[in-house]
Amino acid sequence: MTASYITLDWMDLILAALLVILNGVLSIWLHLRMERQFLIAALRMCVQLGLMGLVLKTLFALVSPVLTGLAVLVMVLFAGREIMARQERKFQGFWAYGLGTSSVLFAGTLVMLFALATQIQADPWYHPRYAIPLLGMILGNTMTGIAVGMNTLTERVARDKNAIETMLALGETRGAALRPLVRSAVRNGLIPIVNAMSAAGVVSLPGMMTGQILSGVEPLEAIKYQILVMFLIAGGTGIGVVIAVHAAAARLSDTRHRLRLDRLELE
Amino acid sequence: MVAGLMLKIRALARPGLEPVDLDLAAGEAVALLGPSGSGKTLLLRAIADLDPNDGSVGLDERDRNAMTAPQWRHQVTYLAAEPGWWSARPADHFADPAAARDLLPPLKLAPEMLDRPIAELSTGERQRIALARVLIQSPQVMLLDEPTSVLDQETTRAVEAVLRARLDAGAALIFSTHDESLAKRLASRRLRMENGRASFEPESAIA
Repeated sequence: MTASYITLDWMDLILAALLVILNGVLSIWLHLRMERQFLIAALRMCVQLGLMGLVLKTLFALVSPVLTGLAVLVMVLFAGREIMARQERKFQGFWAYGLGTSSVLFAGTLVMLFALATQIQADPWYHPRYAIPLLGMILGNTMTGIAVGMNTLTERVARDKNAIETMLALGETRGAALRPLVRSAVRNGLIPIVNAMSAAGVVSLPGMMTGQILSGVEPLEAIKYQILVMFLIAGGTGIGVVIAVHAAAARLSDTRHRLRLDRLELE
Repeated sequence: MVAGLMLKIRALARPGLEPVDLDLAAGEAVALLGPSGSGKTLLLRAIADLDPNDGSVGLDERDRNAMTAPQWRHQVTYLAAEPGWWSARPADHFADPAAARDLLPPLKLAPEMLDRPIAELSTGERQRIALARVLIQSPQVMLLDEPTSVLDQETTRAVEAVLRARLDAGAALIFSTHDESLAKRLASRRLRMENGRASFEPESAIA
């Protein structure tokens, strides 16, 4: 990084926080009853990011493969929890958490390792300054895609129960009976990343690129990084959604080609 | 007439259904009677292997676990009381719509009906088209859940004639109904269900 970036002091943040307080005032004035939520969310963000800053600082200082791996694991576990929380109808037992988490773990780490091994040749390759931000960006989007895909599948399978069971009763395989629903679920999971790529640079300036530009990186260099990250995100989301939706479809049926809605929690 | 044992059910059970034994010969029909919620649907679905269940079911001495579930259900086909649809027109639900058209007149349906939107058809019309969807596959055993529940007497008689023709050709049939006279006319035996327990009506026990 060549030069000039403007460091912020605490006063700058306090000034910006006035905008959140303005939101709170608007909420009280319009009786939105969101002022508490705003306050709590803003405080949560400050605390969480503050802790993250401390964690990153420590990790960067130590450059330990074990600690970096641990941080990766914690991030994946949180992503898995978030996927579970976004399901309207969860699977019963271990699967509620395990299915989404293992999909996001596989897709996220695979794409992160691919990037670290090829495009970004950090030294050492597991250097947390590269691994953690990359994983964070891949994980956030992959998580959203998986959550949307799984939610679409369970919701539509429950809705189209009669049609699916009729197909099965007539001797169709579970693959054939669930195929249209699997397709629409995967599609729904992938729409956000397609939209994000389409809008990038025209409607939205992606956060990462903006950050690099603010910290003094040449715009063309920042854009190259952003394009790389978008491709990584697209890859991670695609792999994650396809795995998660197919695994969910397999779990919603069994080897005797029965529909197993009993494996979902009751509504 | 084809004779001989065809469907053999031993200790078939699942939650809500106590163990059932049943032998069904080719050309034979058994009626399931009993109040709603007594387990008629559970029994039919268990035979088709649509829900997890215990016990053994075989067709012509071949256990159903020796074949894939789709193979089994091509031969032993269940028709729900409220069948499902996955496309806008009935014709889309048949691999061979032309052949399906020939099946409709005996069920008192116009062949053109296959091209009308399903949403415009009456419950009774949908029920019979769904029956045609089973008939066209010529299963050896038909498991029909209240196949005439929304039909008038005349239409019920037409469906009955179609089913009887299949029985004469060697198929077998288990159907649930609340229509006692249909059960008497069509079935050689009547299985009465109560609280998940099945028992043959005494006067019909002679197989």
